[in-house]
Amino acid sequence: MSLISVKDLTVSRGGMPVLEGLNLAVSKGEILVLRGPNGAGKTTLLRTLAGLQPAYAGGVVADPETVAYAGHADGLKATLTVTENLAFWAGVYGGHDITPALAHFNLESLKSRPAGNLSAGQKRRLGLARLMVTGRPVWVLDEPTVSLDKASVAIFAEAVKTHVGAGGAAIIATHIDLGFEETVFDVTPYKARHDVVRNDFDESFDEAFR
Amino acid sequence: MAINWNALWEWANPRKFMSWTDRALPVFAVLAALMFVAGLVWGFFFTPDDYRQGATVKIFYLHVPSAMMAINIWAMMLVTSLIWIVRRHHVSVLAAKSAAGIGATMTLIALITGAIWGKPMWGTYWEWDPRLTSFLILLLFYIGYMALWEAIDNPDTAADLTSVLCLVGSVFAILSRYAVLFWNQGLHQGASLSMDAEENVADVYWYPALVAIAGFVLLFITLVLLRTRTEIRARRLHALEMRERVAEQ
Amino acid sequence: MIRLFWRDITLSFRSGGGFGLGLAFFLILVTLIPFGVGPESELLQVIAPGILWIGALLACLLSLDRIFALDFEDGSLDLLATAPIPLEGVVAVKALAHWITTGLPLVIAAPALGFLLHLDSAAYRWLIITLLVGTPALSFIGAFGAALTVGLKRGGLLMSLLILPLYIPTLIFGAEVVRRGAGGFLVGTPLAMQAGITMGAVALLPFAAAAAIRVALR
Repeated sequence: MSLISVKDLTVSRGGMPVLEGLNLAVSKGEILVLRGPNGAGKTTLLRTLAGLQPAYAGGVVADPETVAYAGHADGLKATLTVTENLAFWAGVYGGHDITPALAHFNLESLKSRPAGNLSAGQKRRLGLARLMVTGRPVWVLDEPTVSLDKASVAIFAEAVKTHVGAGGAAIIATHIDLGFEETVFDVTPYKARHDVVRNDFDESFDEAFR
Repeated sequence: MAINWNALWEWANPRKFMSWTDRALPVFAVLAALMFVAGLVWGFFFTPDDYRQGATVKIFYLHVPSAMMAINIWAMMLVTSLIWIVRRHHVSVLAAKSAAGIGATMTLIALITGAIWGKPMWGTYWEWDPRLTSFLILLLFYIGYMALWEAIDNPDTAADLTSVLCLVGSVFAILSRYAVLFWNQGLHQGASLSMDAEENVADVYWYPALVAIAGFVLLFITLVLLRTRTEIRARRLHALEMRERVAEQ
Repeated sequence: MIRLFWRDITLSFRSGGGFGLGLAFFLILVTLIPFGVGPESELLQVIAPGILWIGALLACLLSLDRIFALDFEDGSLDLLATAPIPLEGVVAVKALAHWITTGLPLVIAAPALGFLLHLDSAAYRWLIITLLVGTPALSFIGAFGAALTVGLKRGGLLMSLLILPLYIPTLIFGAEVVRRGAGGFLVGTPLAMQAGITMGAVALLPFAAAAAIRVALR
């Protein structure tokens, strides 16, 4: 039984399809790594998986409370402290304990610093620590290792492993090797074809409107 | 993408729309021109002067139809926006977009002719009378709606957001109408052309007015079809540009 | 949701949060009026109800573009949209927090400013009541306008253009209540109308605003 699966999915950006014919499924204990050049549509796919944008065609099958999404922005408030930021998201997602997350991402010493005072890497760590307090099984992560140093990348990789080991799953768009036993999914072959003129549609179809 | 259009919606499928409007547009244009000119010439030159208002009353043939259109166009936009929200029908929302500019112009015409008429009648161009004020507010709603369309790049996003604005705006427009009535009772005469009113305008004025109104309606239909065609072409162009950009990557 | 409410309140009190800005703006506006129209107390007394209501309205508008835009920029809005709480609730809570931090201080400060404008003594009671009843509508209508313009660069001006016409009924009834209160007339009708608008706005606009945010995020 997969936690999240997609069937014949087409995702679009600005009303134009970017990836089409996607079929994939992620089950408990699996890590799926998305690869592909910049602008290929990885972010668009991840946002569609997280339910932030509708599928252009096909669909995503998942319980609505499956996905914890982490995008390019961390959702942190500069004037709130590390604890306050984390406690807020923990509260929103149903009141999980924040202590293990703080400990895991080495944030305990920074606990009472306002998030605005943190370095980019520290902010990122806090943003990722948020995933641990959501209590959701599938982590959907967009370039999670941006601005992390080597040690932090290792911490992050460890967090993902622990999460997956405990019956979770992760879908990660990244360019670096995190040392997982992972399934690699290259999105390049699924690029929507715009160079071929299609004439297989019926008379009433107009490609500018759908 | 097999889309199952039923008979009515077929007319509004972008391709079908383009083909039938291509044929219908000249007919509407000619009819609009005929009725418009006939109504105005009849009204301006072949009706007697009013015993109280003199020749100034004749601005009525511009003022009343444009004021009626100003309100009815908003109502039409509300309906087409609802169709977009419920049925995701592109031509519908583009028709609303096209109608907004015409509606704003009609509102402006009603306000300006009203001001010109108001000077000899009430001795002032502008008075914070409920009707006048309501039209000014209506103009603000039109401007806001158009500004929101202009501000958003993605056409579907713009369609969704402007439709929501149109919906909420309609409620507030009606609220404003009653609020304004409450605020100032006003000196504007009652509606000039209502079916049930005892004291309606005399038949001599009534018939040319009807022709002028028909002219305005036809003019609106012509313009809205023309502008919707332009919008559809703009959308196709946009789609082609997007396809080029994606294909280049 | 209670978490979100307290977070928004806390944020507005922290540095750069904007608490008090609306209040200061209200004070400045009321101070400027006599310089513009002259110091005659009779004249000021006549225009005071309108000025106080318009001041409250503009002060409210001032902080509205922050209501969603900041959360949109730092990614919080994405996360809130995927969170287990309904987006309609998020909108309602944020509008409520906006009212507590912007509208409520205005209600409290208004009598003092009414004093500066020689507001008729019979009107104070009604000024407070009508602001208390009417300003929530300003926050909720404003939240709708802010939701419409959330994804736009420099959406603030457009937001004002969209919101101000929607404020007209609230303004009319609000100022009318104070005017009637000052004249010793019955205020029941406009006050009831205003309460109706507020209740309608609080009940329905979060749905429209949430729909707009979903569209803006995709």
